Amino acid sequence: MFLDGYGPAILDGAWVTLRLALLSLCLAFAAGLAGAAAKLSGTRILVWPATAYSTLFRGVPDLVMMLIVFYGGQVMVNQVTDALEWDYVDLSPFIAGVLTIGVIFGAYFTETFRGAFLAVPAGQMEAGRAYGMTSLQVFMRILFPQMLRHALPGIGNNWLVLVKSTAIVSMIGLADMNFVADQAGRTTHQPFLFYMVVCLLYLCVTSVSSWTLHRLERRYSVGVRHAEF
Amino acid sequence: MFEFEIITENFSSYLDGMWLTAQLVGIALAAGLVMAVPLAVMRVSNNPFLYRPVWLYTYFFRGTPMLIQLLVVYYGLAQFQWMQDAWEAQSPFWLLFREPFFCALLAFAVNTCAYTVEILAGSIRSIPHGEIEAAQAMGMTPFTRLRRITLPSALRRSIPAYSNEVIFMLQGSAIASAVTLVDITGAARDVYSRHFAPFEAFVFAGLIYLLMTFAIVGLFRLAEQRWLAHLMPRKTQAAH
Repeated sequence: MFLDGYGPAILDGAWVTLRLALLSLCLAFAAGLAGAAAKLSGTRILVWPATAYSTLFRGVPDLVMMLIVFYGGQVMVNQVTDALEWDYVDLSPFIAGVLTIGVIFGAYFTETFRGAFLAVPAGQMEAGRAYGMTSLQVFMRILFPQMLRHALPGIGNNWLVLVKSTAIVSMIGLADMNFVADQAGRTTHQPFLFYMVVCLLYLCVTSVSSWTLHRLERRYSVGVRHAEF
Repeated sequence: MFEFEIITENFSSYLDGMWLTAQLVGIALAAGLVMAVPLAVMRVSNNPFLYRPVWLYTYFFRGTPMLIQLLVVYYGLAQFQWMQDAWEAQSPFWLLFREPFFCALLAFAVNTCAYTVEILAGSIRSIPHGEIEAAQAMGMTPFTRLRRITLPSALRRSIPAYSNEVIFMLQGSAIASAVTLVDITGAARDVYSRHFAPFEAFVFAGLIYLLMTFAIVGLFRLAEQRWLAHLMPRKTQAAH
């Protein structure tokens, strides 16, 4: 039998982990862009909350954040459903996981994007404006594509850390691959074997990601001259 | 809404948790750094018998979550018959693997060591080659060169990247509660289950971590001023 019959369950769990990671990445990307835009806006009422966000969420462990969102979120959901006299609603660990990891890594992406936006020379934006482009066109055609090149190494690092962070969602009961491996290890008395299988699956994801990121970095650096020694 | 009594009542268990977190992180970081120095030197060597094993080690430990590494050490190793036999025989060394504190320390140290090796190896590779050539011209042996030139320079220039690793380690240590240890997060989970007050219990824990992070950032800023002063941009006199 393929891993004492637990093979398919672990693969299902791996799919949960992957979906969790990808959805969190989307949320983190959006939060990071918004955070960077707010930090660079120069308006005090935007800069201040964005700075607080990126400092606070990078200074508190992901597990603690997740416990606040999962258990605290459940209390808040209960209060709302009680007030509206609805039925009891369970907060799903998957949603709590996506929200927590997305928002935490949004704070890291805020810093990545902020640095990358600043790395685009101001003269290029001015040139765009001189051609009569609107602000949106300058952003879409000049600022964003070049910003992405500078942000790619940071995005890559954050993604690799994010993937490994998803493991802790098993601690609030999400049936991801760690959770399944844990159960399988207990029932078959082979915990080492199952944890190693999970390690290999993580290594697959991180290896494929590193390779893809390397390709992307080359793709986005087309036309950039590198000094040769 | 936010009941401060819950925090003041349980303040001492948070303090105990802080002490455990500080011990875990401090010892693991120190052990990891000590092991990382020779491994980083092996990592940059040209000999495949030296750098390949170290590459494999850092690849595995940086590519998998620390939580799984911890669970492998604490729960996973019990799968093996020789381990159970050693426990049966009361072998003092192998009995350590039943102690959650020792297991957490081992997993954290091996994990942080892997990251530190890559940080140090990166700094060693980026040493200006003129410095190495000068040392060779002075007739230094490879070991003297390593001790007097390469390592002092590499260790200094690793300080900014290493400060991130220290902060990641502090935050990563929150998973110690997965193996029954009562660190800061563990204390918060106890408070939560006793009072069913998630916000009070976990927000206060988050605040402690935040303050510890700020303290680490401050300490590293001092360290950079002390040991990286020669690499700082030169301060110019204000023009009048």
